[in-house]
Amino acid sequence: MHPQRRRRLALVLFIVALSSLGVGLAVYALRQNLNLFYTPRQVVAGEASTLARIRVGGMVVRGSLEREPDSLAVRFRLTDGDRELWVRYEGILPDLFGEGEAAVAAGHLRPGPLLEADQVLAKHDENYTPPEVVEGMKAGHAARAAREAAGQEATSQPNAAEDSAP
Amino acid sequence: MIPEYGHFALILAACVSLALGVVPLLGAARRRPLWIAAARPLAGGQLAFAGVAFACLAAAFLGDDFSVAYVAANSNRLLPWFYKLSAVWGAHEGSLLRWVLVLSGWTAAVAVAGRGLPALLLARVLAVMGLVAFGFHLFLLLTSNPFARLLPLPPDDGGDLNPLLQDFGLIVHPPLLYMGYVGLAVPFAFAIAALLAGRLDAAWVRWMRPWTNAAWAFLTLGIALGSWWAYYELGWGGWWFWDPVENASLMPWLLATALAHSLAVTEKRGLLRGWTLLLAIFAFALSLLGTFLVRSGVLTSVHAFAADPTRGVFVLGFLGVVIGGSLLLYGLRVPTLPAPAGFGWRSREAALLANNALLVVITGVVLLGTLYPLIADVLGWGKISVGPPYFDSFFVPLTLGLALLLGLGALLQWKDTALLRLRGALGLGAVVALLAGILLPRLWGEWRWGAGLALAAACWILALSGWDLWRKSAGAGGFWQGVRRLRAGYWGMTVAHLGVALAIAGAGVTGSYSLERDLRMAPGDRLDLAGWEFRFEGVREVAGPNYRSQKGVVTVTRAGQPAMRLQPEKRRYLGGQVMTEAAIDAGLWRDLYVALGEPLDGEAWSVRVHVKPGVRWIWLGGAWIALGAALAAADRRYRTRATVAASAAISAGG
Repeated sequence: MHPQRRRRLALVLFIVALSSLGVGLAVYALRQNLNLFYTPRQVVAGEASTLARIRVGGMVVRGSLEREPDSLAVRFRLTDGDRELWVRYEGILPDLFGEGEAAVAAGHLRPGPLLEADQVLAKHDENYTPPEVVEGMKAGHAARAAREAAGQEATSQPNAAEDSAP
Repeated sequence: MIPEYGHFALILAACVSLALGVVPLLGAARRRPLWIAAARPLAGGQLAFAGVAFACLAAAFLGDDFSVAYVAANSNRLLPWFYKLSAVWGAHEGSLLRWVLVLSGWTAAVAVAGRGLPALLLARVLAVMGLVAFGFHLFLLLTSNPFARLLPLPPDDGGDLNPLLQDFGLIVHPPLLYMGYVGLAVPFAFAIAALLAGRLDAAWVRWMRPWTNAAWAFLTLGIALGSWWAYYELGWGGWWFWDPVENASLMPWLLATALAHSLAVTEKRGLLRGWTLLLAIFAFALSLLGTFLVRSGVLTSVHAFAADPTRGVFVLGFLGVVIGGSLLLYGLRVPTLPAPAGFGWRSREAALLANNALLVVITGVVLLGTLYPLIADVLGWGKISVGPPYFDSFFVPLTLGLALLLGLGALLQWKDTALLRLRGALGLGAVVALLAGILLPRLWGEWRWGAGLALAAACWILALSGWDLWRKSAGAGGFWQGVRRLRAGYWGMTVAHLGVALAIAGAGVTGSYSLERDLRMAPGDRLDLAGWEFRFEGVREVAGPNYRSQKGVVTVTRAGQPAMRLQPEKRRYLGGQVMTEAAIDAGLWRDLYVALGEPLDGEAWSVRVHVKPGVRWIWLGGAWIALGAALAAADRRYRTRATVAASAAISAGG
């Protein structure tokens, strides 16, 4: 091979190797930091990982918010209209957080199941609800309607009839 | 009637922009002087009609015309007049109208400032901008008409402007950001015009440089202001969240930074021409992508507007046409460019190429993290979000690499540099950086990696920039004489680089030494943080013009001496929205930040108390970068060249 071509080939190979290494690292880092979104129904059904950080979204069940007296720790339940999930969080809740409103909690799953949240997000304006939550609520309501149509009794989970979709 | 006039003016503006997009291009292809000469008046006409449309919408807001749906949704009789005015661009339709107005403004500016340009080039540039404007006019008229009426039963009063947006930050942040976003259309138009003409000479690059720098300055200011606004208005005390929409503005900024640097290589040495064109195309494409991300509601974000699928489809289609068309043209024309000369690896060209490579890699990483949730959603991999650690783990080391390169690259000469001559400078820089990295963090307490590396990088840039300034100004007449001889372009570069150093130092210090406490406080409770004592006095009710506020009082003492009273607020607006107004004591060295959370039992509240050293440096650094870009854009060289070139042409012809 011509020496100049050989040099060019080496350069191209070097660039290809370096960029594949870079892309590989980026994809690896991405995989480590993905937060999958689940609905309470999926979590209760055991679909969510107990190791990775996950996000769970739904409506905050009315009357479920409990505060500890001496700290900022709170507990509340999230529902998708079908199943409910307890969430525990210590910190300041966002302004638009409220019972009967949409919220997304991110954190790790504990036995129970209970979500130990390190972050709670509420919708940021009156007219906007995260699309994931809307879809989850629709699926939840559909699942519940299907279950009731099949004549099944509502299971141990208390239902959330008053929390309709936005 | 005023809204109808506005609507009509908008339709006329769309027609004019179509004419601007078509007639000069045809004229350039067929060599019809009259058609070519039509470009400049058409650009003026476009600006006039867009201005009338915008003024009509502003009049509807100021006159409380709630029969206009957009006004009814975003304004209110009780809103102060300046918020009524800024509400014009507070939501989707109006901000798009503003976008069109700004684009028309840039087009007219090019038409006015470009009198000295070759008529063919100017006609093509204006035509490309006209075509882009036509696309956005269509978008406005077809999917998001701001003048749509609510008839026959208009409401008595409007809903309110989103209280997050009732703020000084909203008055200035979006206009500046739009100036930057849309300003990138100018280098894009120059690139397309050059490709159409098939000529990429030095004159073309020299014309493109000041426009790129100006757009880049606005974009920098817009992003810095947005970060500052999020810091004090969202009430979380953070300054960057890796929110998809923040990323949408960061990506064009990164590519515009790369473009500003690659243009230097192309102008001085005639190298990297194809690469520069590609950067110009992609910088603008990414600012269109940003528009798509914000407007379509496909991503969950602080900024997302209520979703409307047709808008997303339109922008996506437009984006496809722009990117596809540009790349097709690029693919057809670039192989015909002459092969350039080479350069050594110790040259400034090589350093700038490495700078470009790093910036493009960072853009790619941010792009991947931003779009991955969308891709995963489309492919059915589940609903995913990408956490900030992903972005941090790439952005931080790559930025430090960029800082290392920045200090070195600015010293190198074109073509090749004898590194031996830089021995002294590099030694000095290394010693200063090492000492700064080890010693300076001790000012804030225990030594931390983040602050150490950031301060070392910042002082490396500072030392090498200072050394370069000293060397460049050496010569007859002493230092001050020499300093005066330096060109605005050089000052621009130095100031912008020092801005980078300042922002890096600020990010490192505030990241390592911010103290943040979220706690429950009853009246009389105290908190000691970083030598400051915060005493919560309680909360009282206060009435505002269109809200009721619960105003807390926190007295701060230092070493027993009263220092200040901070009054954080929790506002409930008439529309029912709740807003946190943080109380901030801003300082060059530290910010004290107090925000109210929510009322707990009794008189107690949850309170957020932060002490954030160095956080101001981040935005100051951004302002310096913008100032540097403005200085570089204002370099006299770009203005005198036109006459020099013209006289050269005359003498050559005569």
